[in-house]
Amino acid sequence: MTNMIERQTLAVLVDNEAGVLSQISRLFSRKGYNIESLAVGATEDPKVSRITIEVYADEERITLLVNQLRKLFPVHSIKRLPLSHSIRRELVLIKVRTVDNAARSEILQIASVFRTSIIDVSVDTLTLAVIGDEGKVDAMQKMLEMHGILELVRTGVIALERGKDTINDDTKVKGEFNYGKNVL
Amino acid sequence: MQMTGAEILIQCLLEQGVDTIFGYPGGTILNVYDALYGYSDKIKHILTAHEQGASHAADGYARSTGKVGVCFATSGPGCTNLVTGIATAHLDSSPIVFITCNVAENLIGKDSFQEVDITGITMPITKSNYLVRDVNKLADTVREAFGIARSGRPGPVLIDILKNVTAEQTEYEPLPLEQHRFHGHLGKLIQRATQDFKAPEPDVEDVDKMAEMIKACKKPMLICGGGVVRGRAHEEFQRFAERIDSPVAVTVMGGGGFRGRSPLTTGMIGMHGSQASNMAVDGCDLLIAVGCRFSDRVALDPSTFAKQAKIVQIDIDRSEVNKNVKTDHHIIGDAKQVLQMLLDRLPQADHSEWKDYVFSFPTETEYTLDGETLTPKQISDAIARLAPMDTFVATDVGQHQMWAIQHFHFDFPGQLLTSGGFGTMGFGLGAAIGAQVAHPDTTVLHIAGDGCFRMNCHELATVSYYKLPIISVVFNNGTLGMVRQWQNLIYEKRFSQTTLDRAPDFVKLAEAYGLKGKRVHNVAELEEALREALERKSGYVIDCAIDIDEMVRPMVSGGSHITNFLVD
Repeated sequence: MTNMIERQTLAVLVDNEAGVLSQISRLFSRKGYNIESLAVGATEDPKVSRITIEVYADEERITLLVNQLRKLFPVHSIKRLPLSHSIRRELVLIKVRTVDNAARSEILQIASVFRTSIIDVSVDTLTLAVIGDEGKVDAMQKMLEMHGILELVRTGVIALERGKDTINDDTKVKGEFNYGKNVL
Repeated sequence: MQMTGAEILIQCLLEQGVDTIFGYPGGTILNVYDALYGYSDKIKHILTAHEQGASHAADGYARSTGKVGVCFATSGPGCTNLVTGIATAHLDSSPIVFITCNVAENLIGKDSFQEVDITGITMPITKSNYLVRDVNKLADTVREAFGIARSGRPGPVLIDILKNVTAEQTEYEPLPLEQHRFHGHLGKLIQRATQDFKAPEPDVEDVDKMAEMIKACKKPMLICGGGVVRGRAHEEFQRFAERIDSPVAVTVMGGGGFRGRSPLTTGMIGMHGSQASNMAVDGCDLLIAVGCRFSDRVALDPSTFAKQAKIVQIDIDRSEVNKNVKTDHHIIGDAKQVLQMLLDRLPQADHSEWKDYVFSFPTETEYTLDGETLTPKQISDAIARLAPMDTFVATDVGQHQMWAIQHFHFDFPGQLLTSGGFGTMGFGLGAAIGAQVAHPDTTVLHIAGDGCFRMNCHELATVSYYKLPIISVVFNNGTLGMVRQWQNLIYEKRFSQTTLDRAPDFVKLAEAYGLKGKRVHNVAELEEALREALERKSGYVIDCAIDIDEMVRPMVSGGSHITNFLVD
């Protein structure tokens, strides 16, 4: 099972400084990975940013990648977030064409079924904000396609572990990374 | 005290105990060189012929002393000329701080004269790099750069300083070296490592488990990698090998980590490894690799490498575990410390039967020596006979490199200076300059091929100017020997673009630089030249004519099983 390629979610805490994102993303391209989803933002500590990255990789390769990431000095900590044990959300804004009143009311109905909000209205369009994991977003997208999606933007997935575990927990692997005693 | 950025930089170098810099000046780094002018009594600057030579010299200095090397270059082409040297240091974990200057703040991002994004370019080949845009952050950055270069697994760090920063003034507060770890960003990094992370000690359970594995094994095999050299763990390694009574194979980077004359050594391992080394790896039941990443030149085919054995890896860098070869157990830590912990747990073992088997295979290749032409083995033997035991050997890359490593016996870390990971042709002369500057009274040999020598031979100007008594021995076969060897064996003798039947005459070249040169054709001439070279106190080039089709033996082709010898 270890060599099955799966979508992997990584949460990475880094220094909130210029150039750090490029350092992280270059590591992925250097090792031959396409980043499927990327979301970056400050955390409760404004000096620290949290990056959520998703890539397709097997168990062995993702371990190597995480090991490489840990070596970068701006990286504070990394955690793999398995699908079964984490909450994943993405915000998607979709602008849909409304040709007539019938279409408009149908779209409003779809929106209410998916519990999404309408955030902008014009004579010819409706803009919806969808929050969910990719299952919900994909289903919603399929329903709206027939009306003509004019524009769609996704924030990228953000994720947190379920329960009391956090990215700051100490683990043995984490302990194996340090800057060494012989700094001076 | 108020000082300019350039003066602060020099003060910070003095804090680190830097007394030697290799470099090349230029427009943007003028302020720094101007500040350096006032410190010529404290810091020696070696001006090379080319920035690449400076980068290799700083590398040779670092490798031979174990200290951090320092290299200066200007913006644009100055710093891009360092790139090969930085990558060479990165692949071989050599601690160097490269200091470059960039154009001033008002010119940044405008494709100004000699502007280049060197921090972007060197991101994947440095341990860390910095662009300093604020003079108030300069001292902190330099302290952090040195701390990072020498800590953990060492490596190159680059600091790019804007020209205006070198001219601006700010308050400089001296900080003794032993205080650095408690201040600034370096202090934060270390705090992060010790507070959030477990203490950097090797895991005791891991060590216990490994001790049990060693006690249970019947046929142990050790690999001495570059980590033993970088960690200066040679004494512990020696005792460890003797305690568990195991044969020891040495990688190219491990040269000098284990005494070459020890009865336990099986010689080099890998593509050009000895039969004894490669057969032992293929027959052991426990393989212990210390500071070795199982590169493709060592493991060859990772899927069949030591498959019958349990593989244990000792490395300071967690990211090396399971990278190339899957291991059964690993210990993360400094080789010196881990080996000492193992020594405390292990009784004296005896594996005579296994050793008899391993040493029934040759540890060195036998060459027939009856021809008219000089052979590589004869050159190596003559050098070994005449050169002092503590001679530093810097090599370039190719056949001569393999011959040198196969035939010379290295006894201490830093004695062999060679580009093992990146395979940089032209590395040797620069590295020899660095080693000779650091060890003015010790013999430094530069072993080169004719192809490599041609790449950076302009550094003979540096050898000549600073009166460095470096002896360059050129294995001159008139071809890119290693590539020709592959063409001979694998490409049906189609010698595409490898024949080097062209100028210059190396003897005349040496003379043009004010050095002595001699072309030799047999052992007697070689010995005479070597004797003369060893007595002289200036550079000497010995051009040795060898046959164009000499091969490095044995050879296992890339990706094959380790005992699948293409030539014996």
